[in-house]
Amino acid sequence: MLQILRNIGAYILLMRRVFTKPEKKEVFRKQIITEIDFLGLDSLGIVAVLSVFMGSVLAIQTAYNIDSPWIPKYTIGFTTRQSIILEFSPTIISLILAGKVGSRIASEIGTMRVTEQIDALEIMGINSANYLILPKIIAAVFINPILIVISIFLGLLGGWLVSILGNDITTETYLYGIQYCFKGFEIFYALVKTAVFAFIITSVSGYTGYYTKGGALEVGWASTKGVVYSSILIILFNLILTQLLLG
Amino acid sequence: MIESRNICKSFGDHLVLDNISVKFDQGKTNLIIGQSGSGKTVLMKCLVGLLEVDSGQVFFNDRNFSEMNFKERKLIRHEMGMLFQGGALFDYLTVEENVMFPLNMFTSKSLEEKKERVNFCLNRVNLINVENLMPSELSGGMKKRVSIARAIAMNPKYLFCDEPNSGLDPKTSILIDNLISEITKEYNITTVINTHDMNSVIEIGDNIVFLYNGKLWWQGTNKEILYTNNEEINSFVYATELMRKLKSENI
Ligand SMILES: Nc1ncnc2c1ncn2[C@@H]1O[C@H](COP(=O)(O)OP(=O)(O)OP(=O)(O)O)[C@@H](O)[C@H]1O
Ligand SMILES: [Mg+2]
Repeated sequence: MLQILRNIGAYILLMRRVFTKPEKKEVFRKQIITEIDFLGLDSLGIVAVLSVFMGSVLAIQTAYNIDSPWIPKYTIGFTTRQSIILEFSPTIISLILAGKVGSRIASEIGTMRVTEQIDALEIMGINSANYLILPKIIAAVFINPILIVISIFLGLLGGWLVSILGNDITTETYLYGIQYCFKGFEIFYALVKTAVFAFIITSVSGYTGYYTKGGALEVGWASTKGVVYSSILIILFNLILTQLLLG
Repeated sequence: MIESRNICKSFGDHLVLDNISVKFDQGKTNLIIGQSGSGKTVLMKCLVGLLEVDSGQVFFNDRNFSEMNFKERKLIRHEMGMLFQGGALFDYLTVEENVMFPLNMFTSKSLEEKKERVNFCLNRVNLINVENLMPSELSGGMKKRVSIARAIAMNPKYLFCDEPNSGLDPKTSILIDNLISEITKEYNITTVINTHDMNSVIEIGDNIVFLYNGKLWWQGTNKEILYTNNEEINSFVYATELMRKLKSENI
C-alpha cells in the first residue's frame, strides 16, 4: 500500500517536470512528428487487422444470437456498431497499444537511464523528463483517436463482409442497422476514452522507464511494469469514464 | 574554480562522502582517485548536481550551485561538459548529430556554422570520416573521443570525466589522457577526472585527491604522490608489482 502511494507521488512529481515549456520549439516539433510516426503509423497495421477480424466476429456472434423471427435482422449491424464504438475500438485497441507502445517507451527510456544518456541530457541543462516524455504524450493523445476512428471504420467493414458473405443479411439492412439510433455522443465518448488511455499509456510507461535502476535486466522489468500498470489503469479509468459519461 | 565545502552524502545508513572540502583550480587536470567503491563517482555526481548532497555546498567560481533552482543551474550547466563512464552517446543519433546536439538545443547558429563547429571538435579529438556512423558502430576508444567532442562543443569552462580510460588499452588510454590534458591547458578549463589508472595519475595529475573510507585522505601533485609516507596512498599507488619495482629502482 505504502509502495503504491509512493509510486503515485513520484509519478505526480515527474509529471510536474514533464509539463513544462520545451527547451526549443523547432526541436520539439520535430520530436512530435517522429513520435507520431513511431507510436501511431507504426501501429496502423496491427490495429487494422485486429479491427477487421473483431468486427467480423462480433457480427457472426450477433447473428448467431438472434436466431428468432421476432428480432429484426438489422440488429446485427446495430449491435456490431455499438460494441465497436463503445468498447472494442477504444478499450481493446488501447490495451493492445499499451502492450506494443508502452513496452517500447519504457524500454527506450529505461535504456537511456541505465546507459547514463539521461544524465548526459541533465548535464547539458536539459529537463530530461520534459524532453523525453512530453513529445510522446502529445503525439499519442493526438494520433490514438485517429487510429481509433480508423479502427471503427474497419470493424464495421469486417462486420459487413462476413454478413454478406454468410448471407445473413443484405448490405442495405446492415447499413440501416449501423445507422439505426446513432448518437454522435457515442463517438465523442469513444474519443475521450481513447485520449485518456493514450495519456495513461505514454505517461505511465514513461514513468517506469524513467526510474529504471540498474542494468539490462531492470530495463526488461521496467517495460513489463509499464505495460501492466498502464493496462490496469486503462481498465480502471474505463469504468470511471463510462460511469461519468454514460452512467 | 570548483569548490566543495563540507559535503556529505549517504545512501540509507551507508555514509559515502564524509565532509569533503576540496578546491579544483582552473587550467589544471584535477584527479579524484581511490579504490573501486570509494565514492569517486558519487563525489563527481554531487559536484555536478546529478545527486543532491545531504549537507554542504558546491561553488562554481564562487557561485553557490547548491542553493540554485533548476533555471539558475541551467546557466551553469551550459558551462559544463561531462564525459560518462560508458560514453553515454545518444544511440539513436549519428556521431555528427551527437556532437551537434547541444548546439541544436542551445544556440541559434546556422547549419553551416554548426557543422563547422562539429568538424572542429571531431578533428580536435583526432576523428575523421566518422560523422555518419552510429555509436554502435564505434570502438570503445572512439566512443570516448566522440563523447569528449560533444562535451567540448559548447566551449565548457568545466569538464568532468568519469573514468575516461576504463576499458581501453594502455596506448589508447594515454592518448585520451593527453587529449583531455591538452584541451584543459589550451582552453583553460577546470577539469576533474575520476580514475584509478596509475598511468594517468603520474602523467597528467596536476592536483590529485585521494578518497579513502569516504574521507578526503590525501591531496597533492603527481610528483608528491610517489614520495609520500602516507600508508594508504602507498598501498594504493604501489599495489602492482610493476610500480613496486619502479620504486625500488628509483629510490
Ligand atoms: N544510487 C546509489 N544508491 C545506493 N548506493 C550507492 C548509489 N550510488 C553509489 N552507491 C554506493 O556508494 C559507494 C561509492 O560508489 P561509487 O560509484 O562512487 O564508487 P567509485 O569510487 O566510483 O567506484 P568505481 O571505481 O568502481 O567506479 C558504493 O559503495 C556504492 O554502493
Ligand atoms: Mg565510478
